[in-house]
Amino acid sequence: MISFELTDDQIQSRDMLLQFAKEEIAPRARDADETRQMPEDLLQAIWDLGVVSLAIPETYGGSGASRSAVTNALMFEALGYGCAGLASAALSSTMFVNPLIDLGTEEQKQALLPQFCGREPRIATLALHESAMTFDPARMSTRAEQRGGDWVITGTKRLVTMGMRADHILVLARSAPGTDLSGIDAFLVPTATPGLKVTPESGMMGLTCAHFARLDFDEVILPSAARLGGEAGTDVRRILAMLRTGGAALSVGLSRAVTDFAIPYAKERVAFGEPIAKKQAIAFMLAEMHVECDAMRWMAWKAAAELDAGEQAHKTAILTQDYANRHALKVADDGLQIFGGHGYIRDLPLEMWLRNARSLTLHEALVAA
Amino acid sequence: MVDFTLSELDDQILAQVAAEAKAGEKYTRYYEEHEEETLPPSFPEAASFPSLLQLLRRRSASDTPGVIFQMLVTMERAAHNGVPLRLPPSALGNAALNAAGTPEQKEKWGKLVLSMSITEPGAGSDTKAIQATARLDGDEWVLNGDKIFVTNGVRCDGAVVWATVDKAAGRAGIKSFLVMKGTPGFEIVRKEKKLGIRSSDTAAYAFRDCRIPRDHLIGGDESVPRDPAAGSASYKGVLKTFNMTRPSVASGGIGKALGAFRFARDRLAEEGIEVQWDKGRFERTAAEQTLISLEADVEAARLTVLRAAWLAHKGEPNNIEASVSKTKGGDVCRTGPQRAMELLGAMSLSHDHLVEQYLRDGRITDIYEGTGQIQRLVIARAILEYSSDELS
Repeated sequence: MISFELTDDQIQSRDMLLQFAKEEIAPRARDADETRQMPEDLLQAIWDLGVVSLAIPETYGGSGASRSAVTNALMFEALGYGCAGLASAALSSTMFVNPLIDLGTEEQKQALLPQFCGREPRIATLALHESAMTFDPARMSTRAEQRGGDWVITGTKRLVTMGMRADHILVLARSAPGTDLSGIDAFLVPTATPGLKVTPESGMMGLTCAHFARLDFDEVILPSAARLGGEAGTDVRRILAMLRTGGAALSVGLSRAVTDFAIPYAKERVAFGEPIAKKQAIAFMLAEMHVECDAMRWMAWKAAAELDAGEQAHKTAILTQDYANRHALKVADDGLQIFGGHGYIRDLPLEMWLRNARSLTLHEALVAA
Repeated sequence: MVDFTLSELDDQILAQVAAEAKAGEKYTRYYEEHEEETLPPSFPEAASFPSLLQLLRRRSASDTPGVIFQMLVTMERAAHNGVPLRLPPSALGNAALNAAGTPEQKEKWGKLVLSMSITEPGAGSDTKAIQATARLDGDEWVLNGDKIFVTNGVRCDGAVVWATVDKAAGRAGIKSFLVMKGTPGFEIVRKEKKLGIRSSDTAAYAFRDCRIPRDHLIGGDESVPRDPAAGSASYKGVLKTFNMTRPSVASGGIGKALGAFRFARDRLAEEGIEVQWDKGRFERTAAEQTLISLEADVEAARLTVLRAAWLAHKGEPNNIEASVSKTKGGDVCRTGPQRAMELLGAMSLSHDHLVEQYLRDGRITDIYEGTGQIQRLVIARAILEYSSDELS
């Protein structure tokens, strides 16, 4: 039955996180962008909000709230409103924890989930991208081969969010030959595994505080139990859908922040004797920005609702991603345009938002709904 | 809980709606070519389909709420090119009567088919520029003026006509009146010839010293507020009806985009051209990428309609969301069929197929019930907290 009804808990956590984003995250965004550092105290403060551990069942030490991609989409939008870079950095562990909750074996969950329920931030991530400019998940070149009872991983992963800080990485690799997504599996890899080299990326256009890393796998040997889902493996399409939905939710938050920032400016900025907001060229841009924030949000909710219904959500997430990518980038770009030259100067966040929007809409592994 | 699934019964009813709309396609070309004719109240084929009301009656609380479901019905119907096998027993004027009429008026006229007559040759979206006048003379109103673009203007029993009782009062002086067809001085001047929606009758009216009873003022409030910005209660009441009609009109345009998309998708699939969802961007053809973006655009527009309708269902304000949905509906009604035809190539122009009709029929959605530009104005005023005088 079609419904946009949020639960009281969802409304409460969304509102709480949005307030936190405005008061605690947004004021730190510029400095984090320039220094390319996720501040430790903020990492701790966001960890304390319980976003990562929210859906971990009580048996593994979590809060036992129901696992909901819709709730995650709401939380990602709220934190992304403060800063998509800081949100990605603080929430990279969702890419490890949420697939594990949904697709892990009992043993995998018992071994790993309790580690994410403590007071100390536990950073984990997911490795998807590779060096090729023509990368797409189906053409992934990182390989996982069965040798004896072990898995052996070879290849290079790039642009791994918080890769420099993570203890655990969910690594996507091709485990069976082919050119579609059927032969791709996910592996639970401790960063300290011999043969895995972690080096910082040279720098990134946007989301700069997310400590991106390059991971070189030189015949990294993993036990057979390292494959997510165990013997059966896992359908990577659902993981990709979680990533795409999560990314779209961050895009909504960023777009809403741009729009809300541009509205008062357009009313204050006077040109030719009246506020530029009174000129239809500007007013219509703002109206369209508002329209697209709404449309993007409902697309993200729809993909999230499918995930919550236990579906693969592969196709819906692709549509959502396609839509959000086109429009988030345009909203950020139009926002900058409304500020004119001031938007181009690093004193204001517009140029950072454009860089972040471009990054969000190309990087597919930042958070998982 | 957020949910976008339909119940089994929802799906069944939509399939019935689709089947009926498809059955009407056998008459489509005829009415395309005989635009001067008005549709009969029903066709013989209608007998093989249960009426929508009958279908809707089977629904329960576990199905999608009626006000939202109605949007889906409108979309599904519009996704086919059939002429309606039976005409609905109401029109836009009925919505105005329901929103602003007195209980006695609703009782008396509720069963009639009422058109809504606002637009004039010199006043479209700018309704306060209306020139038609209503002058009280004894116990009668005397109407004078010209009206155009009246949907269902030929087949209706009467019209809800907007006219000013006091030009100096601006918007506050505009009121709506019920005028029955056949009233002396009320003439149907012509039936318009259009790009599309040709089976929908669109009339032009002339009022020349047309006398109607005093109690035909919708809402009954004869006073003219002193504050010209205020608008009379009936003017505002009528504008309020747009909050439900805009998503509904948007649904029609989205349905056209949806139909064009489905047609293109299915025809291309027959030729072996299908989106490979597993493949990445380098293995997709431009055609596949267009299909993806087209489907995403239609889906996004559809969700904005469902959102606006959901708010209405909850009894919450949906003024902005109604315009958001109309903005998106107006966008995809144009770009959807255009891109679908682009995918299909020159044969999509041919009258062998009905696909070209999606473009012609859909195109009106970004014009009537407030153009896309008016929707953007409404949204911009709301988010900027500007009055209509501050931003026009």
